[in-house]
Amino acid sequence: MSKRIDVKDLNVYYGDFLAVEGVNINIDPKSVTAFIGPSGCGKSTFLRTLNRMHEVLPGARVKGEVLLDGEDLYGPGVDPVTVRSQIGMVFQRPNPFPTMSIRDNVLAGVKLNNKRISRSDADDLVEKSLTGANLWKEVKDRLDKPGSGLSGGQQQRLCIARAIAVAPQVILMDEPCSALDPISTLAIEDLIEELKNEYTVVIVTHNMQQAARVSDKTAFFNIAGTGKPGKLIEYSDTAVIFSNPREKATEDYVSGRFG
Amino acid sequence: MPQLTTTTPPAPAPVKRSTLTKNQLPGWAMWAVLAGSLILGAALSSLIGFHIATWALFSALIYVAAGYFVTLSVEGARKAKDRFATNLVYAAFIVALLPLVSVIVTVLAKGIPGLTPHLLYYSMNGMTGTVDNETVANGTPVIGGVYHGIVGTLLITTWATIISVPIGLLTAVYLVEYSKGGTLARAITFFVDVMTGIPSIVAGLFAAAFFGLVFGPGTRTGFVAAVALSVLMIPVVVRSTEEMLKIVPNELREASYALGVRKWRTILKVVVPTAISGIASGVTLAIARVIGETAPLLVTAGFVNSINWNVFGGWMATLPTFIYRQLMNPTSPTNTDPSAQRAWAAALILIIFVMLLNLVARLIARIFAPKSGR
Ligand SMILES: Nc1ncnc2c1ncn2[C@@H]1O[C@H](COP(=O)(O)OP(=O)(O)O)[C@@H](O)[C@H]1O
Ligand SMILES: [Mg+2]
Repeated sequence: MSKRIDVKDLNVYYGDFLAVEGVNINIDPKSVTAFIGPSGCGKSTFLRTLNRMHEVLPGARVKGEVLLDGEDLYGPGVDPVTVRSQIGMVFQRPNPFPTMSIRDNVLAGVKLNNKRISRSDADDLVEKSLTGANLWKEVKDRLDKPGSGLSGGQQQRLCIARAIAVAPQVILMDEPCSALDPISTLAIEDLIEELKNEYTVVIVTHNMQQAARVSDKTAFFNIAGTGKPGKLIEYSDTAVIFSNPREKATEDYVSGRFG
Repeated sequence: MPQLTTTTPPAPAPVKRSTLTKNQLPGWAMWAVLAGSLILGAALSSLIGFHIATWALFSALIYVAAGYFVTLSVEGARKAKDRFATNLVYAAFIVALLPLVSVIVTVLAKGIPGLTPHLLYYSMNGMTGTVDNETVANGTPVIGGVYHGIVGTLLITTWATIISVPIGLLTAVYLVEYSKGGTLARAITFFVDVMTGIPSIVAGLFAAAFFGLVFGPGTRTGFVAAVALSVLMIPVVVRSTEEMLKIVPNELREASYALGVRKWRTILKVVVPTAISGIASGVTLAIARVIGETAPLLVTAGFVNSINWNVFGGWMATLPTFIYRQLMNPTSPTNTDPSAQRAWAAALILIIFVMLLNLVARLIARIFAPKSGR
């Protein structure tokens, strides 16, 4: 239930603007990888290329290879929809579907695709996913209430439940805690720790303590200046990045000297 | 050593005014000004021969001026300007409301006497001038009704809706979800804007001419009228739907894509349901907009006195054309009162329809609105 990701020489564009240049990275299955770096260096942009969400924007395109267990996501004939059902995503701002109940939000991946599912299977899936997102106890008595009635942290965990309900191989998270209070942030961090047992997790974060707490490996992105492309500067074990980085820029960033 | 305690009597505490407050008029002051203005207004109005309109006008002018000066003298210039602006805004609001209220009052007053069960359940079939003359001569209740017009209005508007909603909805979906601001999209937007401005009689002539070309000259049916009304409805539906789709947050589309849901399914099951309350009330208001059209119906559906349930064959009467006919060509040229009474009753029914549609729009918006709350 988890696959590895290998990226080779990836360039990411918005129209003619080269936003991220020359990324090579190997992400192990069942691990947590954190992307850190100053604002605008292309962390979100790069993350969105990993499940082909990047190309949803008009004019956006990529060059290079992204291999999921050796298969190129950008190979000819690959359906982005299939890719996205294998690589789930959690966004910066919690975005449950406002027209759906909590239960339907969890089942969204199934129901929106018109897949047949028996009532009991659906119940099991809802319980399993919500339990997996550490939300079951809080919402089990109000599954038919709208998802938008939950608190921000609960909504974000609902979005995680919705993502794991489609049984992906990889879960991408783009600053999942930046809109949340410290308690909810802790809840999500605990959850990430558990998700690692089953999924490959990639998380973008602005919070270096968070990266240090939850991740096994850390990738530091940086940008030479506005209008220049973002680059992967250093990628290593989290402990190394935070204690003994190879690059000067990394050391400056993690010690808070800029960014 | 005895302690020398001189107990000076406490000085009377000076009435300390807070530096934060200023002079304030008591709450009843403005009511007093209003009462004074009304009395003065009545007096002034009597000078030139009392009339309720001049009374209201004079009183309002005096009230606005007096309110300004009273506030100026007590509360200062800033408050006075504030009062003046507030009063002006209220005055503008009342002026804007006057025509609406007067229309409703007039239609109610003139329409209710004619609103009999007979009017609702009978058409004008077989009604001639002689009948009306006898009614007036004998003082019996007016007979002959508007049933055929109600049937026509409902059928034609329903068909117009059936035609316009799918076209308008799909156009809006194309514009918002698929077009990337290309030439086609800009052309469509341009033509939709142009269509919004088409005079309704032109829409009627278009439909009449088109069906005349295809099915032979003089083809007039309810369906031709429905097509004419669609020409007027489609741009309204496109515009309102477009606005509603645009405000669906992009995050919801992305959330759906990220679950591996295809674009068309995302639109069908996430975007449109999220916007449905706005879309539905937009459609309802578009219907309300065309239900009272008269000119295009005269040239497309013709006019009859009998009931016709078939939109694809035969001429058809509607409420607006019924009103027009009864007023312009009364059934009895010598005794026009029965016709006028029918016309006002039909106008009342039409207004009731429009108000019901507005209510329905609100209800729909309420029912479909994204649920929130715990
Ligand atoms: N939709 C877009 N269109 C064009 N340029 C974009 C878009 N989104 C982001 N960018 C640009 O790409 C670069 C990287 O942005 P982003 O990936 O959001 O950075 P980060 O997530 O690291 O803060 C920035 O220069 C930004 O201006
Ligand atoms: Mg970002």
